[in-house]
Amino acid sequence: MIELEDLTKRYGDKLAVDGLSFTVRPGTVTGFLGPNGAGKSTTMRMVLGLDAPTRGDVRIEGKHYGELREPLNSIGALLEAKGVHGGRRAYDHLLCLAQSNGIPERRVGEVLEMVGLQEVARKRPKGFSLGMGQRLGIAAALLGDPRILMFDEPVNGLDPEGIHWIRNLMQQLAREGRTVFVSSHLMSEMAQTAEHLVVIGQGKLLADTSMSQFIAENSRTHVRVRTPEPERMRDVLVEAGLRPVTGGDGALEVDGGEAPRIGELAAANGVVLHELSTQRASLEEAFMRLTAQSVEYHAYAPGADGTQLPQTPPGAAPPPGGAAPPPQPGQAPPAWGEDWKRGR
Amino acid sequence: MNHTTRVLKSEWTKVRSVHSTVWTLATALIVSVGLGALICAVTASTFDDMSTGDRLTFDATYTSFAGMGLGQLAMIAFGVLIVSAEYSTGMIRNSLAAVPQRGTFLWCKVLIAGVLVLVVGMLTSFCAFFLGQALLGSHGVGIGDPGVLRAVVGGGLYMALIAMFAVGITFVLRSPLLAFAILMPFFFLISNILGNVEATKKVGQYLPDQAGTTVMAVVPETLDRPYGPWEGLLIMVAWTAAALVAGFIVLKKRDA
Repeated sequence: MIELEDLTKRYGDKLAVDGLSFTVRPGTVTGFLGPNGAGKSTTMRMVLGLDAPTRGDVRIEGKHYGELREPLNSIGALLEAKGVHGGRRAYDHLLCLAQSNGIPERRVGEVLEMVGLQEVARKRPKGFSLGMGQRLGIAAALLGDPRILMFDEPVNGLDPEGIHWIRNLMQQLAREGRTVFVSSHLMSEMAQTAEHLVVIGQGKLLADTSMSQFIAENSRTHVRVRTPEPERMRDVLVEAGLRPVTGGDGALEVDGGEAPRIGELAAANGVVLHELSTQRASLEEAFMRLTAQSVEYHAYAPGADGTQLPQTPPGAAPPPGGAAPPPQPGQAPPAWGEDWKRGR
Repeated sequence: MNHTTRVLKSEWTKVRSVHSTVWTLATALIVSVGLGALICAVTASTFDDMSTGDRLTFDATYTSFAGMGLGQLAMIAFGVLIVSAEYSTGMIRNSLAAVPQRGTFLWCKVLIAGVLVLVVGMLTSFCAFFLGQALLGSHGVGIGDPGVLRAVVGGGLYMALIAMFAVGITFVLRSPLLAFAILMPFFFLISNILGNVEATKKVGQYLPDQAGTTVMAVVPETLDRPYGPWEGLLIMVAWTAAALVAGFIVLKKRDA
């Protein structure tokens, strides 16, 4: 179990991590999701005692990291920068880590076999591919057979086979009752591995929920209505107790409405429709909607009821860096940091 | 097994498992002994051309250490690399995740490196002395002559201390480029100038290497310092201790 309480890290006048409080529980894979620069790596470094928090606290099985005498036996971590000396043989790299924690030398051979690196145990990692380097980092994390595992962007730059392998490994580790905490900036990746989800944006906690609940809440459908008479249609819908919102291209978006009923309403009132379609938000969109409010280049304002969706085709991947969707007409993007300073 | 013992074992594995250890330490030994021997051979063949004054104050011991001025740079390189490699490769995060007690981590690394450079330093000093004296022939001195053993042991200590000074400074600077760019020219050139030019000598002679080399001289006129040989070495010990404490404070305070 990893417990964070009001964890905060300030670099100069920028809050990289801002009052994070959540608990990572055993037996499930917990996804740690956020756009690049949201503070995921900083948080993980604070968990390991590498960076000192400006405020707040983080505990591993109830203890501060610095109180652990043999930390590798409690928590194993793969950090984004792998941290391997290119000139030190894979075996020796693992051996020096094992020795410092009193882990027997035979365990080095075991973990090398587990990650499939036994063939290159005596090779120097400077010649390793990205995937091999990632496997070596995971071998180091597994050395102490720890109850907690933490992976920072483990699939970054891996080929499909490597991604598949890491996904299975994480799920297997969780099934064994371990705490698995894994960061990513890709919702689609998390949707396939994580059962629990912690979402952060600009260092702040945005969601701490189970994956199934997140899907239930965020993949709600809405009905899109295009008509040459939007004012009339809007009145008809409001009269019927629905709450239409004007979308970016002038279309009406009705959250929670059903297409057949809306069609019947239009027909009964003699409103011409150009489009009537059910829209299902992808998880990626849900994630973007959640984090769009906290990304630095904030380019659109969400609807009053928070149901307005960014104008992205369903299923589209988020732009690199989790940037906000294109601005909508008639709405000037707020100044940089304005939204952030307001404290969301 | 005791916690400190385990960390010492780990640090020993680290230092023995990279090529740079062998390269730097072997270079320190070969350059110091080789260059010292060359200078001794040349001195022996030109001894009769020297002025009477020079002949009277000739320091055979110190002459055999003439290669150390260059050889010490390899010792410094060892000290820089053993620390900066942790930072440049990102290994430091793995190291501190494995040993979050930063004091234990640093002092175990210092102890392992210290023992290693002391052994290599002594080997260098004794080899340079005996080979040098053999080449100097009748102009040479024996290990039993007054002050000679002190100078030879001092030479070994000097080599170890200069490497440890570099270890401390690199814990402060972290970057290999920065550490090399500052330490190499400083000890190869700048400190020698500051310690020997009349205008700056008063202060310059208290720099770590300028003070430390005093222990290697047998004839007082060789260096002309206002302090004795052991005092000189002590000044260098103080510099090294200060560098290591500074490194410890930086490691303790700063994010890894």
